[in-house]
Amino acid sequence: MSTLLVASSTATVLGRLTEGTTEGGKKTFESPTKNDFDFPGLFSHDGWFTKPILIVILMTTLVAVFYVLASRNAKVVPSKLQFAGESVYGYIRNDVALDAIGHEGLRFAPYLATLFSFIAVNNIAGIIPILQIPSTSHIAFPLVLAILSWVIFLAIGIKKNGVFKYFKDMMFPPGIPIPVYLLLAPIEFFSTVIVRPLTLMLRLTFNMFAGHLVLLLFVSGGEYLLLHYSNHVVGIPVGILSFFMSLVLSLFEGGIQLLQAYVFTLLTALYIGGALADEH
Amino acid sequence: MNGTINGSLNMIGYGLAAIGPGVGIGLIFAAYISGVARQPESRGMLQSIAILGFALAEALAIIGIGLAFALK
Repeated sequence: MSTLLVASSTATVLGRLTEGTTEGGKKTFESPTKNDFDFPGLFSHDGWFTKPILIVILMTTLVAVFYVLASRNAKVVPSKLQFAGESVYGYIRNDVALDAIGHEGLRFAPYLATLFSFIAVNNIAGIIPILQIPSTSHIAFPLVLAILSWVIFLAIGIKKNGVFKYFKDMMFPPGIPIPVYLLLAPIEFFSTVIVRPLTLMLRLTFNMFAGHLVLLLFVSGGEYLLLHYSNHVVGIPVGILSFFMSLVLSLFEGGIQLLQAYVFTLLTALYIGGALADEH
Repeated sequence: MNGTINGSLNMIGYGLAAIGPGVGIGLIFAAYISGVARQPESRGMLQSIAILGFALAEALAIIGIGLAFALK
């Protein structure tokens, strides 16, 4: 019963109680579409200040406050908060920055830790009650993050080797028969300069998009089966099962959300490491 | 009870397209698990490689779902 309550409140705050058309007194089910990701403005209907923007502002503040509080009054014997902050930062520094980039990775640890924290909390907003939309499922936010990472790894590579040598190392790795370069050079250029930022952006966006869509489907489908489906003998048990599945999938989605934040950070670190490496 | 299904055929195409990355990701983690089983101390090194391979294979599936929604 409590499962039901939680899930039905979930359906309500998702703001999407099956908006099917009425046909002969019966509602029809309409599966969620990409239109469910468009929110009206909070203050005026067409305003720019929508729910995802509110979430980004909230979460950015949260991360900033968390790290400031965790690093203030740092002691040798850490407090609980300091320990939490050091765990996250230490993990990114040691297991991502230093492992993927090498000893120079220390310089990039703050950026990577910020990136990870920002993406992680914005993704997790997708399963926090009331917020319940991962703001990163709107392509604008991953777009900016991907462009940032792209500019950083290109700038670092160019700064280290100079424009000519950087692109020469990237497009013409040594030890390959010369005719193959005709094929290899454009592919290498394409995959490094165009595909990398594009996949960084699309991976994060559509993972969050698809995950949210699946949750929407189970919640709105469960609501439809419970209340509007003509055959109650089938509808009610399957509807309850559907709500239960939405809860299980919320947990699963939480794992995916953290994993995607980690993947974005790890790939950024690997790209920076590749740009810093002496030989390709 | 005569049910009708509304929606885009794109989604069926996406479902078919997701088979490839699905198999690929399965192979990547199978290799990772057997690698760790043979040599448990190599876990840390293998993990980032496995996640990288997973991310690259998954990109194909993700591009698929992007196109399934974007192309009409």
